[in-house]
Amino acid sequence: MVAGAQGGVIGARLARNEDARLLTGRALFVDDLQLPGMLHAAFLRSPHAHARLGAIDAERARALPGVVAVFTADDLGAAWRPGPLLVPPPPVPGALFHERTQVPLARGKVRHLGEPIALVVAESRELAEDAVAEIRVDFAVLPAAADLEGALAPGAPRVHDDLDSNLAAHVVQGRGDVEAGRAAARLVVRRRFRYDRGAAAALEGRGVVAEWDARAERLTVWDTTQAPIPIRNGLAAWLGLSEDRLRVVAPFIGGGFGPKIMMFYPEEVVVPWAALRLGRPVKWVSDRAEDFVSTTQERLQIHDAELAVDGDGRILALADSFLHDTGAYDPYGLTVPLNSQANALGLYAIPAYRSELRAVFTNLPIVTPYRGAGRQHGTFVIERLLDLAARELGLDRAEIRRRNLLPKEAFPVAQGIVYQDFTELTYDSGDYAPILEQALERIGYRRFVEEEQPRARAAGRRRGIGIVTYVEGTGIGPFEGARVQVQGSGRVTVATGVGTQGQGHFTAFAQVAADALGVDAAEIDVTTGDTDRFHWGTGTFASRGAVVAGNAIHAAAGAVAERARALAAAALGVEAGEIELAGGAARVRGEPGRAIGLGELARRANPLRGAVASGSEPGLEATRYFGPERGATAAGAHAMIVEVDPETMAVAIEKYVVVHDCGRVINPLLVEGQVHGGVAQGIGNAYYEQLVYDASGQLLNGSFMDFLVPTALDVPPIEVGHLETPSPLNPLGVKGAGEAGAIPTGALFAQAVEDALGLPGFEILEIPLSPNRLFELVRAHRAARGEEGA
Amino acid sequence: MSGARRLAVRAEINGRAVAREVEPRRLLSDFLRHDLGLTGTHVGCEHGVCGACTVLLDGEPVRSCLLLAVQADGHAVETVEALGGEQGALGPLQEAFRRAHALQCGFCTPGILTTITAFLREHAEPTEAEVRRALSGNLCRCTGYQHIVDAVLAAARSRRDG
Repeated sequence: MVAGAQGGVIGARLARNEDARLLTGRALFVDDLQLPGMLHAAFLRSPHAHARLGAIDAERARALPGVVAVFTADDLGAAWRPGPLLVPPPPVPGALFHERTQVPLARGKVRHLGEPIALVVAESRELAEDAVAEIRVDFAVLPAAADLEGALAPGAPRVHDDLDSNLAAHVVQGRGDVEAGRAAARLVVRRRFRYDRGAAAALEGRGVVAEWDARAERLTVWDTTQAPIPIRNGLAAWLGLSEDRLRVVAPFIGGGFGPKIMMFYPEEVVVPWAALRLGRPVKWVSDRAEDFVSTTQERLQIHDAELAVDGDGRILALADSFLHDTGAYDPYGLTVPLNSQANALGLYAIPAYRSELRAVFTNLPIVTPYRGAGRQHGTFVIERLLDLAARELGLDRAEIRRRNLLPKEAFPVAQGIVYQDFTELTYDSGDYAPILEQALERIGYRRFVEEEQPRARAAGRRRGIGIVTYVEGTGIGPFEGARVQVQGSGRVTVATGVGTQGQGHFTAFAQVAADALGVDAAEIDVTTGDTDRFHWGTGTFASRGAVVAGNAIHAAAGAVAERARALAAAALGVEAGEIELAGGAARVRGEPGRAIGLGELARRANPLRGAVASGSEPGLEATRYFGPERGATAAGAHAMIVEVDPETMAVAIEKYVVVHDCGRVINPLLVEGQVHGGVAQGIGNAYYEQLVYDASGQLLNGSFMDFLVPTALDVPPIEVGHLETPSPLNPLGVKGAGEAGAIPTGALFAQAVEDALGLPGFEILEIPLSPNRLFELVRAHRAARGEEGA
Repeated sequence: MSGARRLAVRAEINGRAVAREVEPRRLLSDFLRHDLGLTGTHVGCEHGVCGACTVLLDGEPVRSCLLLAVQADGHAVETVEALGGEQGALGPLQEAFRRAHALQCGFCTPGILTTITAFLREHAEPTEAEVRRALSGNLCRCTGYQHIVDAVLAAARSRRDG
């Protein structure tokens, strides 16, 4: 067994338990299901961003051979209703929130490109698609609210006719005296920042397979969801089934990154409904073109922000007012913009803060969290403002950050605003100075600034360096649970409700249980995402799996260990305190010969004859739950060195460093994987992942030919340093790590590219920034300054 | 359009002779996955960019979403299911991926394994730059590629060391 830093299995760099299935093609993904008699579904989707729906003529489609049914909104009966509001508005005084959630099939009008209008069910997917092409719909196309600022202008087309405007929400949060900070400031930096829309683009599209078993009277739904238990509960209510009659399985999922949490997608309701109605299994799997218009997206915000600093660069006040594009509906509440409000505070001591958010309905696909989930924007705002303040004050970029870091003795830090988990945003623990210093050291900051960059400049090369920091709120409640059972064979099973999309839960969770039970992690079989195996919990999001489910497993495995010690003590005739669990057995401390295997104990705890004590429970099994009082705050710093080609504005990353503190690390190999993947998405996001919509709300780049994601040639080797400041909020001391890599990359990219170009007065205030866009910005800057070559 | 016309496909799939009748429009990826049950080959984009559906056609990596099943007639096809060792054991490249944590969700992995299998046959001592170029036609959204590069270099080393 590989041991961790403290010699235990927690902290060990274990290869994954789940890999053998994935590497040999045996792992089950939703699209792999082939059920007897299975039908195939295809959706007719709106080709317009905004249109009134007239008559729908499906007669020709229905008449095609192999077509079993065509359904529109009117066919759904009681199943036609708006979806649930998944996240209610925050308890902030004066907060305004208009709930408008998506419907299973459009009725009356369509509000975004790709909104489903009709469902065809046929004997094959090809036939279903043929039939979709035969449905005729009378659209009365309406002007679209496709521009975030324009959507709030007087007279703008209204996404929801019953509202006075497209304002979806308004929330003001803050603390301290921003006006006084501004008045006392030596410098106030005010800028407008823009972050554009992108797609998570998980390589597996979404899919749903539903099967009604008439004899067992049970509906089974296989769903590419990050949250099978809420889907089961909501779908049961929706379809009028008892929760016990419905099983939702999230098998292996080909990447989630946030959008697979969003329930209920129209397809998640309509496909199970059709399976019930038709009495045959129905499969729907999205193709890539559908994914680009039907899976949720994120990132468009516009911030007007200002930072007040004293002559030493110390922050006196931060004020931000921003627009958040929520798309056509807002089922996920304000999670994303609340994260933006929180992350703007960064790692810094900020005496006064005011943040005003306005969420705006647009005729664009729905916005829900995508890895980082609004944290990017807050980080971009504070980090860019610090860069600009440093420049104006003649301060070094690292130094202005160093001067403003929250000191170690400040923790826990109550921030005075409400976080996405509706508790007061509170940084539980941290030690930020070593994070910054280690990142500077690893990237070779001083040497680069003092020696390498001047040399490169002299040679006409545009090389630059960046250093940014970020926090990541992780591990929010409400709770997760787990059941841990020792089998008669001695193998251990762990079942928990969260879904898994590549995080390594089958290994990290096994390590947590192995630590408590003294068995090899490879002897532990973890099940996630099957409501028949565990039916309480919420799901995988907000970097919470290791924290919330991990601690539930820790508690359940601890309870099993305690029971094993008691049973072994009785069997071996010693006190329970003398029993230790190791090597898959319970043994008397100091007498390795006196031992009994865990499997044998499990068999004895499940007797076939004889009497047991009243009230005793069978088996070596325990179920426990864990709910943190609030989220745990991870932190880190990223640094990179880039070279920009002044002719093409192509940016090459020479070196990339991450120093990351996510509390106690369960498996450093997995955390590095999470960080690498996050940085890769961050790089894509910073460079070129931009969904381009025209003024009518049409998507102009909805394919992988046109919406580019990074390849192996674009993502550099990433050097990762781990620091461990345990969280006091959970027994394992862990914090989440899933989103960290993706959060600060935009701010880092902007700073490093600005530094590399070295153009006086040139500022990067937007993301993403393709070489083309960078070229345009530089040209405009030169023209504004009347320079040659503009 | 309703699939009345069907054409014969006779091919060697993972070393076994296969004879089926398919609609002319049946994609090779759908043929492998849905007609033959070889669901290890994944479909990520169906327009030839992501590489998840890559299989070996007469030893050369091809996008099975860009070929029709009938185009495999008379050819040998290898999928990820053919890359393992005896009795479900991992092959050397698969084992290198496991050790290096070169996969997370695993959806893109089969296409990367087939691509790299062909690459390593022709590049016994690849440099990191060559490995990255070889991988550049396969998208991975989870790993950031570094661990994949590590795994391929390790697999190449262990092939040489025998």
